[in-house]
Amino acid sequence: MTALVVIDFDASGIKQPARSAIAAATKLGGEVHGLVIGSGVGAIAEAAAKIPGLSKVLVADAPGYAHELAEPVAALLVALAPGYSHILQAATAAGKNALPRAAALLDVQVISDISGVVDADTFVRPIYAGNALATVKSADAKKVLTVRASSFDPVPAEGGSAAIEAVSVAPVEGKSKYLGSELSKSERPELTAAKIIISGGRGMQNGENFTKLLDPIADKLGAAVGASRAAVDAGFVPNDYQVGQTGKIVAPELYIAVGISGAIQHLAGMKDSKVIVAINKDEDAPIFQVADYGLVGDLFNILPELEKA
Amino acid sequence: MKLLVAVKRVVDYNVKVRVKSDKSGVETAGVKMSMNPFDEIAVEEAVRLKEKGVATEIVAVSIGVTQAQETIRTALAMGADRGVLVETDVAVEPLAVAKLLKALAEKEGADIVVLGKQAIDDDMNATGQMLAALLGWPQGTFASKVEIADGTATVTREVDGGLETVALALPAVITADLRLNEPRYASLPNIMKARKKAIDVVKPADLGVDVTPRLTTVSVSEPPARKAGIKVPDVATLIEKLRNEAKVI
Repeated sequence: MTALVVIDFDASGIKQPARSAIAAATKLGGEVHGLVIGSGVGAIAEAAAKIPGLSKVLVADAPGYAHELAEPVAALLVALAPGYSHILQAATAAGKNALPRAAALLDVQVISDISGVVDADTFVRPIYAGNALATVKSADAKKVLTVRASSFDPVPAEGGSAAIEAVSVAPVEGKSKYLGSELSKSERPELTAAKIIISGGRGMQNGENFTKLLDPIADKLGAAVGASRAAVDAGFVPNDYQVGQTGKIVAPELYIAVGISGAIQHLAGMKDSKVIVAINKDEDAPIFQVADYGLVGDLFNILPELEKA
Repeated sequence: MKLLVAVKRVVDYNVKVRVKSDKSGVETAGVKMSMNPFDEIAVEEAVRLKEKGVATEIVAVSIGVTQAQETIRTALAMGADRGVLVETDVAVEPLAVAKLLKALAEKEGADIVVLGKQAIDDDMNATGQMLAALLGWPQGTFASKVEIADGTATVTREVDGGLETVALALPAVITADLRLNEPRYASLPNIMKARKKAIDVVKPADLGVDVTPRLTTVSVSEPPARKAGIKVPDVATLIEKLRNEAKVI
């Protein structure tokens, strides 16, 4: 039994969710290999080799693997699949895009966003926006899984010494072509890896208030800034700030919800946070039912006070 | 150009679901059901493509129990031309749905299949990708913008760090994200007109697809409840609590 974990990375290096996926893979009880897919990814492969828990790092390095297009990535996973009992990746946008495609090509049902490993065939996953936890047992010979990063403590980044091996498979020519990206620039920690998150909702009223009121507090706390769907739809902040069932799933040490009512879909993305603070002027807002500390009042008075404190 | 749009009947998104006491699943009897919100967006996009003259016919497909006809009617009232119900009492998984949709896409000669990016009940986010794989078509998942021209679909996708644009050679599969569009409400005359539109009913066996689930649900449980918190009177108390009680700052 050997598991293959696809490593998520970006320009700044290996992403924390990749190390959570490795943590999930180690719970299966077998050997764990990492897979780095991309173009010019030698440094990433070397960093991956240092992750404890990996006994081998495979590197698929070719221009055709740039931009993580689903077609070549899925074809590569299918080519490597005979050597593995489990194929995993964090439930990032890239993982959710490519792994179901690979699973279908292998004629297996993908198991998305697992939050627990019971045994090599049985997994726990949240359904209905996290309002129920399903334990499912797979009858498929091979398991293809995406991993809810916030449910597994990431393995350390350093301390291992895995062997690096180049993959000889040539990328398939797909019918899709990468045209370009528009990435949000931020100096702050990444939302899914941040220890503290401060999120704004519709109550923030506009994007300037995010910059004026939330950013200084985030900087002071070393926190990431998130948002509810209402704030994203209203155009206050870009959509990759969104926390919730359809946005990012986070579980920081501290989550501060400001001007967020607490709809089911938002709670789905943050209710596993260790400590939740709600700041809202409506004392009946559902967010107070999950908040450890609630402060009823006008955020426009409270936030400046918080910044000074 | 022919479009297939896949719609799912799910527990309404506003319902707070309850886990059954025998832990076999979630209570759905007597619970309000409606079209999966992401599928409404998929239907709206298909209808807009028809209004732009890109699409000529829209076939709305649902897979499930007899009552899923109502979901198809909703799609017809929004502007789809006709419907197909693949009737089954089996709780079909994304792989089986993808196989059924593949059979229908081939039978209908579809050029584009539009789906929601995920159903809000199983939260799988897999059917569109699996369908694209089985058809050997390119995929444009989590789409927030779609432009079709000259045999190519240019799709802007919502990814973790922002947005990404890809060009897909048609035929292709596209899955809709929330920000793709604002779905229209079906007007009463359109709801009346939709009653006259045809819905074909077929069985999975008619399409030669085995829908036996690969996953067995061992149990469904309530997630651990959070302990009730406290309200604090002011910022100073909040900071004090976070520092000394919760020790998170």
